[in-house]
Amino acid sequence: MAHGPAKGIGRWLRATNHKDIGTMYLWFSFAMFLLGGFFAMVIRAELFEPGMQIVKPEFFNQMTTMHGLIMVFGAIMPVFVGLANWMIPMMIGAPDMALPRLNNLSFWILPFGFTLLAATLFMPGGGPSFGWTFYAPLSTTYAPPSVNFFIFGVHIIGASSVMGSINIIATILNLRAPGMTLMKMPLFVWTWLITAFLLIAVMPVLAGLVTMMLMDINFGTSFFDAAGGGDPVLFQHVFWFFGHPEVYIIIIPAFGVISAIIPTFSRKPLFGYSSMVYATAAIAFLSFIVWAHHMFTVGMPLAGELYFMYATMLIAVPTGVKVFNWVTTMFRGAITYETPMLFAIAFVILFTIGGFTGLMLAIAPADIQYHDSYFVVAHFHYVMVAGALFSSTAAVYYWIPKWTGRMYNETMGKVHFWVSFVAFNVTFFPQHFLGLAGMPRRYADYSLQFTDWNMVSSIGAFVYGASQLLFLYNMIATIVAGRKISDPKVWEGAEGLEWTVPTPAPYHTFSTPPAIR
Amino acid sequence: MVSKAKQLVRGGIGALALLPWLHAAAAEPAARPESWNLLNMPKGVTSVSQNVYDIHMIVTWICVWIGVAVFGVMFYSMFAHRKSRGHQPANFHESTKVELAWTIIPALILIVMAFPATTSLKHLYDASEADLDVKITGYQWKWKYDYLGKDVSFISELATSQASIYGTAPKTEFYLEEVTEPLVIPVGKKVRLLMTGADVIHSWWVPDLAVKRDAIPGFVNETWARVDKPGIYRGRCAELCGKDHAFMPIVVNAVPEEEFNAWLAKKQSETIALRALTEKTFTQDELMAKGEAVYGRTCASCHGAVGEGIPGVFPALKDSKIALGPVADNLSVVVNGKSGTAMQAFGAQLSEVDLAAVITYQRNAWGNKSEDNIVQPVDVFKLKKGQ
Repeated sequence: MAHGPAKGIGRWLRATNHKDIGTMYLWFSFAMFLLGGFFAMVIRAELFEPGMQIVKPEFFNQMTTMHGLIMVFGAIMPVFVGLANWMIPMMIGAPDMALPRLNNLSFWILPFGFTLLAATLFMPGGGPSFGWTFYAPLSTTYAPPSVNFFIFGVHIIGASSVMGSINIIATILNLRAPGMTLMKMPLFVWTWLITAFLLIAVMPVLAGLVTMMLMDINFGTSFFDAAGGGDPVLFQHVFWFFGHPEVYIIIIPAFGVISAIIPTFSRKPLFGYSSMVYATAAIAFLSFIVWAHHMFTVGMPLAGELYFMYATMLIAVPTGVKVFNWVTTMFRGAITYETPMLFAIAFVILFTIGGFTGLMLAIAPADIQYHDSYFVVAHFHYVMVAGALFSSTAAVYYWIPKWTGRMYNETMGKVHFWVSFVAFNVTFFPQHFLGLAGMPRRYADYSLQFTDWNMVSSIGAFVYGASQLLFLYNMIATIVAGRKISDPKVWEGAEGLEWTVPTPAPYHTFSTPPAIR
Repeated sequence: MVSKAKQLVRGGIGALALLPWLHAAAAEPAARPESWNLLNMPKGVTSVSQNVYDIHMIVTWICVWIGVAVFGVMFYSMFAHRKSRGHQPANFHESTKVELAWTIIPALILIVMAFPATTSLKHLYDASEADLDVKITGYQWKWKYDYLGKDVSFISELATSQASIYGTAPKTEFYLEEVTEPLVIPVGKKVRLLMTGADVIHSWWVPDLAVKRDAIPGFVNETWARVDKPGIYRGRCAELCGKDHAFMPIVVNAVPEEEFNAWLAKKQSETIALRALTEKTFTQDELMAKGEAVYGRTCASCHGAVGEGIPGVFPALKDSKIALGPVADNLSVVVNGKSGTAMQAFGAQLSEVDLAAVITYQRNAWGNKSEDNIVQPVDVFKLKKGQ
């Protein structure tokens, strides 16, 4: 029964093993992270001082757009799918994912989708330059001709996500070891189950939206053109009906990761397991009914504005529950500070700050000032970078000893953490000031009063970018020559099925289901 | 060895040579003195902006205090409950009472926040009984202001030069915050602002007025401002609207009522004078001189400074079929735009004189030699009238 991996490139091209596919997802997302990061460096270099020095405004817009698209769809979403592939079967005592060939397909169409997307940069008229939110009519009537490639790229990426989600749901609902009831599942599994349903619900909305664009651009329809009886604001409603759940799709698996790491290094069980599950479900539900808080300045009627403000404020309640639970988990534990724990604690602090600014943005009258300013940029980078990215970094440090049977260099990990943590805050905290002082987002150039904080932000960004190369080096060094370990538990406080299999995790785990107490 | 050492020294000197540049980069743009201190939202000069500022501060402080409490507990545990201090882990993992409390208390805090937010939003939405109506139209990449019923309208666009943007000329105090002609409004009067877009969505944002409203093509949005204090207030476009999104600032000049009335009367007489000019017949040289200025302001950002366009996006005008073809077609494209493309209808943006001048200019400049090489304002007037 047990056999090792195939030899050569075929192992990867025809991969059906959840660990191989997980590995490919992780590497792919890291490659995209570096690409998107490079675009961010171009943006910050141009914004280092007033005036246009490095790029032209039209190329600057392509950079902001591609940075957003690549980071959201290419880096953060796939990294969590990679973690799901690796960990969900091992956490629920399953031998593999439920649909291994679908798994292969959902990974292997991704490189094509992103090649299509990135290739637009070299096309006449350049790549998408209308922001990652691609509002019509800037993205339809006024778009560069490459927009059609962008649309098909989004279709492919969306199809990949939907297939991945079907697989995750099928795995979790069907392949749990006997005795692994839903309310015994680790929170990472729970958060992914909920995320997968969100993905299946909203990815088709995005597909519909880009198809409407395709029709408007090529086949003479007027969904988003008022001159033909359409409505540009319809675009925004449909986009954010996808877009708001989308940002929770990104952050909810991060909650799962943090809920695994904090108990381990606090040596104490997670506080309020069931309320964590309910809070996650509540956040997921609320994500469908708050979308227009991204549109407080489009001129909605007062009643609509009030409803979306109240509904959005409600999200603070379940989110607060989660933060309180994490803090209480640490309370009276026996805490140690290995790299994954450092990243997890930074997550709790910085994500909470992002949550606070999120609450501020929910207050509609105040949002009139915050909207589309750098305050928003700061807010969502606190949630996306310090939230999703820090948690996935923590996850890699946390699980890589299990994956490879080798320990990463702890000192280098800590240096990576501290440099990232400081540089992140130097980059993004001043952006709150910039936004409040009146600097709009997606600006290729700015007036002189914004100079100082932009300079600080750029310096922080360069350091942050460079520190990620240290992470890459540390991970490669671990895989190639890290100190070998064989303790199945790896971490003293670790609990869960994944820590019962040998280290490194064999190619096939749980060919016979484990006994669940 | 020696040569290697030399190289190193040279490299070092090279790096040192960069230092003054870095220093210059930091010092040169004459950052305004208050630059480091710009940390918060302006209080602004309208009742709405005051209101918004107060709510902003209330919510910020509530967040800060919650943060202090939560992080306080967390930092205490991080310090006191370390394994290295020999702390033994407890084993509790739930408490219905505590969990219920931290669900209900935040909900109550939210309700407290919701009251002032609701009141302020209602105030912000009440654009009724205005003293003056100004229609604001967003174009790629400028604003047009129409004083409804007053027969005054003009375009307001960036006054900073390209040389200044691209670093060949110094940056002045109001770099990217200066316009050809500001919006002038009377102090103490309720001005209703009606927003619309001509091409893509723009957003008219002046922080001191706490006005930010999207200008959406095909729709009219309304909001309002009553400025209490005379002064010049600067703002920007806040919705990504294409390549020159960062280059369409807003300047509002709030003046006492008498001054406003005088200004309005002067603008009205200018409108009348311009109409008279429409009947005049210009020479080619006059039109070319005027047309070059209009071209640089209005057309060059897409079609290029010498009519070269941007390949794949905006067509070149040099040697173009339209600029060399029949004058009627040329006129129609410029006045009515070309639907389904980025070419706007300039008929509503430019005066008859400017249109005639710019069309004449692009039919004769950069080596373009078209047969009908002159367009007179009256030709434009006839075309507009005939439609």
